[in-house]
Amino acid sequence: MSARRTERLLNLVICLLASRSFLTAERIREIVPGYDETPSDEAFKRAFERDKEDLRDLGIPLETGTNSAFDDEPGYRIARGDYALPPLTFEPDEAAAVGLAARMWTTAAMGSAATRALRKLEAAGVELVALPDGLQPRVEATGAAFPALAAAVHEGRLVTFDYRTGAGTGEPARRTVEPWGLVVRRGRWYLVGHDRDRADTRVFRLSRVVGTPRATGPAGAVTRPAGLDLTGAVASYDAAAPGATAVLRVRSGRGLGLRRQATEVATGADGWDTLKLPFGDTERLADQVLPYGADVVVVEPAEAVEVVVGRLRALAAEAAS
Amino acid sequence: MSGATDHLPRLLALVPWIVSHPDTPVGDVARQFGVTEEQIRKDLDLLFVCGLPGYGPGDLMEVVYDGDRVSMSNADTISKPLRLAPDEALALIAALRALLGTPGLVETGAVDRALAKLEDAAGGHVAGAELAVAADPTVAPDVVQTVRDATTAGRRLRMRYWVPARDEATERDVDPIRVFTSGGAVYLVGWCRSVDDVRTFRLDRALDVEVLDVPADVPEEARERAHDDRVFTPAADDRLVTLELSDRARWVADYYPCESVQESAGGLVVTMRARDDAWVRRLALSLAGVARVTEPADLAAAARDAARAALGAYAPDAGSD
Repeated sequence: MSARRTERLLNLVICLLASRSFLTAERIREIVPGYDETPSDEAFKRAFERDKEDLRDLGIPLETGTNSAFDDEPGYRIARGDYALPPLTFEPDEAAAVGLAARMWTTAAMGSAATRALRKLEAAGVELVALPDGLQPRVEATGAAFPALAAAVHEGRLVTFDYRTGAGTGEPARRTVEPWGLVVRRGRWYLVGHDRDRADTRVFRLSRVVGTPRATGPAGAVTRPAGLDLTGAVASYDAAAPGATAVLRVRSGRGLGLRRQATEVATGADGWDTLKLPFGDTERLADQVLPYGADVVVVEPAEAVEVVVGRLRALAAEAAS
Repeated sequence: MSGATDHLPRLLALVPWIVSHPDTPVGDVARQFGVTEEQIRKDLDLLFVCGLPGYGPGDLMEVVYDGDRVSMSNADTISKPLRLAPDEALALIAALRALLGTPGLVETGAVDRALAKLEDAAGGHVAGAELAVAADPTVAPDVVQTVRDATTAGRRLRMRYWVPARDEATERDVDPIRVFTSGGAVYLVGWCRSVDDVRTFRLDRALDVEVLDVPADVPEEARERAHDDRVFTPAADDRLVTLELSDRARWVADYYPCESVQESAGGLVVTMRARDDAWVRRLALSLAGVARVTEPADLAAAARDAARAALGAYAPDAGSD
C-alpha cells in the first residue's frame, strides 16, 4: 500500500475517533485529505468502501448510525471506548512469560504480530521485564497456515488446503476439512477436524500444509463435537499408546536409551540384562531397538522378533553400491 | 488486504508507544518494533502530516526530536493503543500455550495467569478451547528447570549425559550459554569443559544434572559462536552421506537437516553432513529395511556388517515361518 493511502487511512481513523457524532460519507469526503483526489463519485465510493473494509479487518470498531431520526443517510464513527485497549497490569512473572512467548515464533508474520502486541501492552501500562538472553523456546515454523487455520477454527468455517502426506507419494493433495481446533505438541502444530472427503476425523500437521489455506462457506457452519478431546486425537495420531510389553536382552552397560524407558531391569550373570519395555506399535519398537545392533536382542513378542530380524536381513542383504 | 496489514497497525501502535515512552532514541524505537531505523524515520515523517480535521498547526500531531531522541505530542486521539488485533492476540496466546508444553522452562502458574488476562483483553477473538496444548514433555521438568536456573544465574552444571552414537554415559562439566527448544526437544548450548569447546546437549539425554557452586566461565568468542539456532552446525570436513528413503522413511527429510532432498521413483534421496561415523551406522540400523545408505561406501558396508552381527544373536530360523 502506498504511503498516501496509509496517510489517508490514518487521518480517517483520527477523524472518526475525534467525532462524537456520526459523519456521513459525503462529509468525510470533504474533510479527510486524500479523498479529494478521487476523480469521480464512483471512484470515491469505491475507495471509501475499501477503506472501511480495511479498518474493520484491522479490528477497528467502525460504527454505523444516524444522529437523529430525521437523518436518512447513515454516518460513521469510532467509539473510543471500544477502540482502546483497556489499561492492563501484569505481575513481573506474567510479564516474563509473555516476553518469552513473543520470542517463540520463527515466521516473520507471527513474529511481527507478537512484537506489535507487546508494544501495545507496554503502551497500555504493562511493564515488561528484561529476559535473560539464554532462553530461546521455539515453535515450528508453519508459514501462512497457522493464522489462516486459527481464523477458520475461530469463525467455524470450512477450510480447503493442499496437504503433503508424510508417507505418501509426496504430491500434495487437496483436502476439505471442518476445522475443530489446533494443538501444539512437542513444538509442532496440528489441526484436528473432520475430513469431508474421507468422512472421518483427521489430524494434520501444519508444516505439511502447502500454501495458504482458504476458508469457504459461511461462518458458524462448523460445529465442534461435544466432549471433543483435541490433545487425545493428536497423541494417538503421533504414536500408538503403549499397550503391550516387550522383553529385551541388553548387554550390560549398553542400551542406555532403552533402559530409561524400561519398567523393569533384571541384571543377569552372563553379562546381559533383561528389560521390560512398554510399546504401542511393533514397527516403532523395531525403530527403537535396531540402532543398538548386536547389543540388544528382542525376546518377546514373536512378531517384534520377526519384524526386527526381517529388517536386519534386508539391511544385511543390501548390495554394495 | 495487502500492505496495510503491517503499516497502519504499526503506526497505530507506534504513536501510543512513543507517547508513553518519551525521549527514546530512534534506534531503540526501531529495535522495539523490529524494523530498521530508516523505516521508523519514514513512519515519523508520515505521522507528522496527520492529525485532526483542519490539519492546521494545532491539529497535526507533533513529532519532537531532541538530538537523536524522539517524543510526540498533540496525538491524544490515538494515544491509546488499539485493542489487540486477532493475529496479535493469537501470536501471544498460542505461543504462551506452546510454552506450557515445556514444563520447567517457565512457571506454569504465571503462564496461566498471563493467558487469562490476554484472553480477556482479546475480547473473544481467540478462544482458549480452540488452541490446545498436549502437555507431553520429552524431558523431565526438573531437569529443564535446573538447567534454566543455571543458565540464567550463570552457574556451572555437572551432567551425566548419554551419547547415543556410542551408547555410553559420560560425565562432564558445562558452563551454560543458552537453552533453546526445537521440534519439542530442549537443548542446552554450553562450553563443555571436558573438550574445551562449544557443545549442544539434548536434555532428554541428560541422566543427571546438578548446579555447581561455581560461576560459569565462557570464553567471549565461544559465546558469539554459540548464537546459531541450528541444532547441528555442519563443518566443512564432515562427511556427506547419501540416503535413499522409502516412503516409510520420508520423515527423515523433515527431522534431520539435509543438504539436498530429491524425489525419486521409490521415495526420496537425501544428503546430509555427519561428523561421526558411529552416528551414521546407528541411523542406518534404525532405518534398516526402510532406507539405505548409498554413500560413502565404507559407511554403507559398516552398517551391513553391524546388521549381520546383530542377526547372529537370533536363531537362524528366527523370523521365518
